[in-house]
Amino acid sequence: MKSKLIPLTAVAISTLAVADVNAGSRLIATSGVTQLEGGAGGGLTPWAVISGYADEGEYSVGAFHTSTDVQDFRLKVNGVSASYDNRFEVSAALQSFEIKGVAGDLRQEIYGAKYRIYGDAIYTALPQVAAGIQYKRLLDGDIAEAVGAEDSDSGIDYYVSATKVHLAAVGGYHLLWNATLRATQANQMGLLGYGGDDESGYTLQPEVSALVLLRDDLAIGAEYRKKPDNLSAFDEDSFSDVFIAWFPNKNVNLTLAYADLGSIAGSEDQDGFYFSISSWFK
Amino acid sequence: MIRKLTYVATLFAGLTCFSAAHADDYYQELGGKEGVEKIVDNFINEISFDQDIVTFFEGTDITRLREKLIEQFCHESGGPCEYTGDSMKDVHAGMKITKAQFNRVVELLQAAMDDAGTPQTAQNRLIRSLAPMRPDIIHR
Repeated sequence: MKSKLIPLTAVAISTLAVADVNAGSRLIATSGVTQLEGGAGGGLTPWAVISGYADEGEYSVGAFHTSTDVQDFRLKVNGVSASYDNRFEVSAALQSFEIKGVAGDLRQEIYGAKYRIYGDAIYTALPQVAAGIQYKRLLDGDIAEAVGAEDSDSGIDYYVSATKVHLAAVGGYHLLWNATLRATQANQMGLLGYGGDDESGYTLQPEVSALVLLRDDLAIGAEYRKKPDNLSAFDEDSFSDVFIAWFPNKNVNLTLAYADLGSIAGSEDQDGFYFSISSWFK
Repeated sequence: MIRKLTYVATLFAGLTCFSAAHADDYYQELGGKEGVEKIVDNFINEISFDQDIVTFFEGTDITRLREKLIEQFCHESGGPCEYTGDSMKDVHAGMKITKAQFNRVVELLQAAMDDAGTPQTAQNRLIRSLAPMRPDIIHR
C-alpha cells in the first residue's frame, strides 16, 4: 500500500510548481476538497459541489490521498475522481484501516456517484443541491462479522446535500455552509460492516460544515457528522473536525484538520491530525 | 400620543434607512475615486492580455468602457456616481458568453484588485455587488 502513495504524492507535489495547467474554468476553491469516502466536499462529509473545476461542457480528472492518525487507529484513503459538466461526479476510493496491535489492514472499497440537481452555490439565491450514492464493499470483513455486523460484505449510502456560499457575509469574508442528510446502515463508515444487532436498517444522519474564506485560496472551518450506533458491542460517536484548506492553484489543494472521531470499536476518545491532498490533472 | 408614535416610527425608519445605506457602502474601502480608477485600469489591462476574453472587446471604445466601468463600480460601492451606461442585458446581447468566460472575467477582476492592493473584504464586497448580474450576462 505504502509504495502506491509515493507516486501519487510526487505527482501532487510536482503540480504545486505549475499553476493552473489544464484546469477547468470554475473559480478557485469551488472544487471543495475530498472527503473520507472520496466525494467532493469537506473532509468528513460530501457537499453538493461537483469535484474538480469543470464547468459546462468540461470534464475534470483527479486523485487524492487522505490520512488520519488517532491513538489506536490509522486510516489511509487513496482514490480517483472524475466529473463532467459541473453536473456528474464519480469516484473510487480505497480505505485502509490499521488497528494498533492487530496485523493486517482492514480495507474497504467505495464507489461514489453524485448528480447536481439544482443551482449554483455562489450565483443562485437558493443553495446548490445534489444527490449521491456510495457503494461500499468490505474486502476484509472478518472483524465486522466478529463484532456483530448484520452484513459484512457491502452496503450502500444515499445522501442529499445543499451547499451555499454567502458572498462577503462575515465582515466582508465569504461564508460557505453545507448540510447533508445521509441514509446509511454503515458502522464506522462501513469499516465495521453494515447494520448491527441494535439497529439493522437504514437511519438518517445529518452532517454539517461551515467555513470562512480568509482569502480566495484559503479556508478555515468546522464540520460535524452524525453516525449511526448499530452495534451493541460498541458505542459509536459522531465525527467532528476543525480544518484549514489551502488552494495554491486549481491543480492541487491541501487540508490539515484536527479530527475528533470519538469512540471507535471500544477505544474511547480517538482524536488526532488529519491530512489530505487532492490533485486535478484536468 | 399618535403624534408621538408617528414621530418615533419616522425616526426609527430614518435610522434604519441611514444604517442600511451605510452598512453596504465600501467605496472608501475600494480606495475611493483613485482606487476605483486603478482597479478599472488594471482590469482593462488584464482583459487586453487574455487571448480569449479580449476578442469580445474588438471595436470597443475603450475610453467609454473605462468611464462606464468606473461609474458602475463607484455606484455599486455606494460612491457618489450614477451609472449612465447601457443595461447589462443590452451590453452582452448576442455575445453568447459561456459560464467559463464569465468565471474568467471574475478572475481577471480579482487579479486587477490584487494588483491595486484592494483589501480582501472590499474585493469580496464588489464581487457580491456584481454577482447578481450574471444571469443578464451569460448565455445571451
